[in-house]
Amino acid sequence: MNDFPSGPVFDPALHGRARPHQPERPRTQEEMEAENQARIQARIQARIQAHIETHGHLQPAFQPAAAPRRADPAPSRMAYRMQRLSLTPLFRGFLRLGVPAIAAIGVGMFVLNNDDAREIINTQVESLRNAFEERPEFMVQAMSIDGASEKVSADIRVILPLDFPLTSFDMDLEDMRRQITELAPVASASLQVRDAGILQIDVIERVPAVVWRGPEGVFLLDADGVRIRELLARAERPDLPLVTGVAAAEAVPEARRLMAVAAPLEQRLRGLVRVGARRWDVVFDRDQRVMLPADDPVSALQRVMALHHAQDLLERDITTIDMRIAERPTLRLAQGAKEELQRIRAMMSE
Amino acid sequence: MSGLYETQRAMRNMRKAAMQRGVIAVLDVGTSKVACLVLRFDGNDRAMDLDGVGPLAGQSGFRVIGAATTRSRGVKFGEIDAIQETERAIRTALQAAQKMADVRVDHVMTCFSGANPRSYGLAGEVDLESGPVSEGDIARVLAGADVPDYGQGREVLHAQPVNFAVDHRSGYGDPRGQIGNRLAADLHMLTIDAHVIQNILYCVKRCDLELAGLASSAYVSGVSSLVEDEQELGSACVDLGGGSTGISVFIKKHMIYADAVRLGGDHVTGDVSVGLQVPWQTAERIKTLHGGVVATGMDDREMIETAGETGDWEHDRRQVSRAELIGIMRPRVEEILEEVRARLDAAGFESLPGQKIVLTGGGSQIPGLDGLASRILGQQVRLGRPMRVQGLPQAATGPGFSSAVGLSLFAANPQDEYWDFDVPTETYPARSLRRAVRWFKDNW
Repeated sequence: MNDFPSGPVFDPALHGRARPHQPERPRTQEEMEAENQARIQARIQARIQAHIETHGHLQPAFQPAAAPRRADPAPSRMAYRMQRLSLTPLFRGFLRLGVPAIAAIGVGMFVLNNDDAREIINTQVESLRNAFEERPEFMVQAMSIDGASEKVSADIRVILPLDFPLTSFDMDLEDMRRQITELAPVASASLQVRDAGILQIDVIERVPAVVWRGPEGVFLLDADGVRIRELLARAERPDLPLVTGVAAAEAVPEARRLMAVAAPLEQRLRGLVRVGARRWDVVFDRDQRVMLPADDPVSALQRVMALHHAQDLLERDITTIDMRIAERPTLRLAQGAKEELQRIRAMMSE
Repeated sequence: MSGLYETQRAMRNMRKAAMQRGVIAVLDVGTSKVACLVLRFDGNDRAMDLDGVGPLAGQSGFRVIGAATTRSRGVKFGEIDAIQETERAIRTALQAAQKMADVRVDHVMTCFSGANPRSYGLAGEVDLESGPVSEGDIARVLAGADVPDYGQGREVLHAQPVNFAVDHRSGYGDPRGQIGNRLAADLHMLTIDAHVIQNILYCVKRCDLELAGLASSAYVSGVSSLVEDEQELGSACVDLGGGSTGISVFIKKHMIYADAVRLGGDHVTGDVSVGLQVPWQTAERIKTLHGGVVATGMDDREMIETAGETGDWEHDRRQVSRAELIGIMRPRVEEILEEVRARLDAAGFESLPGQKIVLTGGGSQIPGLDGLASRILGQQVRLGRPMRVQGLPQAATGPGFSSAVGLSLFAANPQDEYWDFDVPTETYPARSLRRAVRWFKDNW
């Protein structure tokens, strides 16, 4: 209704009911219209032709235009339930953890089910592992033993047949330490892989304290009575005192205390004899023997030493000093002394 | 009321379960839109609940974490008309709200405006046995209220004690601990058509949800859009909805009357559609964009295009002046307000101390409505918007959401109802059990 007629001012079409008025157009416009129509017709023909070529038939020229059916905005009941399910915490947790775990396990099982694949994986892992372990910073080139005598270190080298260079991953230090400490002369050992690839073994050897002569031979014992090694002869270590007798090795600390008490007579001390796995005899030269009690032998020996100090007891012709009963110390004289004593007594009685 | 007692109590238990889970949805099934809010209860002011209503009217305890609204389908006059369609609309709203909240909701409270609500005032009176009023006495007096015959096929939606009196001292909100001889109570009972509840239940069940409560939309929009002193001194809330207009009258913070006029914004749209000969959608658009109820000289010159797709060029290019549009809308709006006036007069609204009338709902957004309403309803008319609650999106703060917001307030702080009190001991087997126990004690 806005388009006021641009034609003649008096237009019969304007009388009566107002209808949309088509203004008269110049002829050129009509011609253009016609051209347009022709072009559109040609295009339609071409499209029909193309349609026939692709589909092989021509559909009816006018198809009822399918009304654009809007999808229902409401979710279907299934979609609604799925959404609610996906909002359920348990289900979400399952999706987040359970499903990947199950998938991973499944894939893993599938792969491992195949022997070849397993082989490949194993060799791959092995080679990776070797490549890592054999890096220069983990390699041990040499072994250095400190605090051990030559013989012991030779022994250690024998029992630890290490084939240098060797990666430190292949060395079980704890096991090696155990092997070393199993050696008799070794009291303790500590192992560490030092930088610059040196396996450092610090050994503390047992210190020989006594020589023990037993039925199996002559042995060196340390202060705790542990056998260090066998001697060929007692003369090999004349500097150490000798102990003998059954189960003497178990009482070495006591023996050492007794020896300390008997130190003033060291020159004459021949050794200690364990009697009946119970008590000690102290043996001096000239077959002199001090028999000590099982209980508190040290103080008994101290009494003997005191007597010796006062009266040169052990210088006399005595074979045995029996201290086994503290209240009744007994002397056993040698044969000559006994006869001499009898002679003197006889003389006295006369 | 015993059958109802059970279902309402079951709903209350559902609500309690929802509170424990901390998430509940509120659903406003309206004629023009379905709005859904998902609330999260933090439980940080549980302790304050004990003594009346907590700070910020108890709304600080929850937060809106999801909100969605969709065009309503299959609802007429605030009642479900085509169940399948409505179910789809509810599903759409719920799905969007759940998606926004990123949480699954299992419990829903819902409200609707139609179903011919009818108010009854009930009175009960009981002799007090001894000592102060106990909760059992309240239960007894409520149970003893004389229930009128509200007719076949109707259900009680609300039954709220609004006033207690001990002897001649009236006006107690909470009579517990008062000493006297007689306890009287006034209840406000609201009944609605039972089949509407059935339809709602069916829809909610089809959406795999549990119904945790039902409320009248007139009541809950009053809860959300009346300020505290209006509720205290007496006021009416007029919820101009799409298919029906809800009326609720409050005094002393209790609803004492509710009603609904089966007229609403959709009728205005229908008038526009018929008057201008345009499709419904176009009429709705024209109404919301250009509508009004007071014409000025300017409106004669303001021309509105009525677009159309009929193919008739002249028909599709018509223009109408805004004055014409107002001329179509105003009689219908007047009719609605006259009807509201009639209902309020019938309820005796003029005898209340406060005469405040609050217009809310989507229909209250018509420009100039407050002027028109004050001519019909009285001078004290204002436009009400819902109270602000935490987390509510800006799009859902308009007056059209006052019942949804009110429903969430109702969910957070429900009014005591008849069924919130324990069954009186007379009708309960506990008494006989107690008697048996006493018998055992006496004889052995």
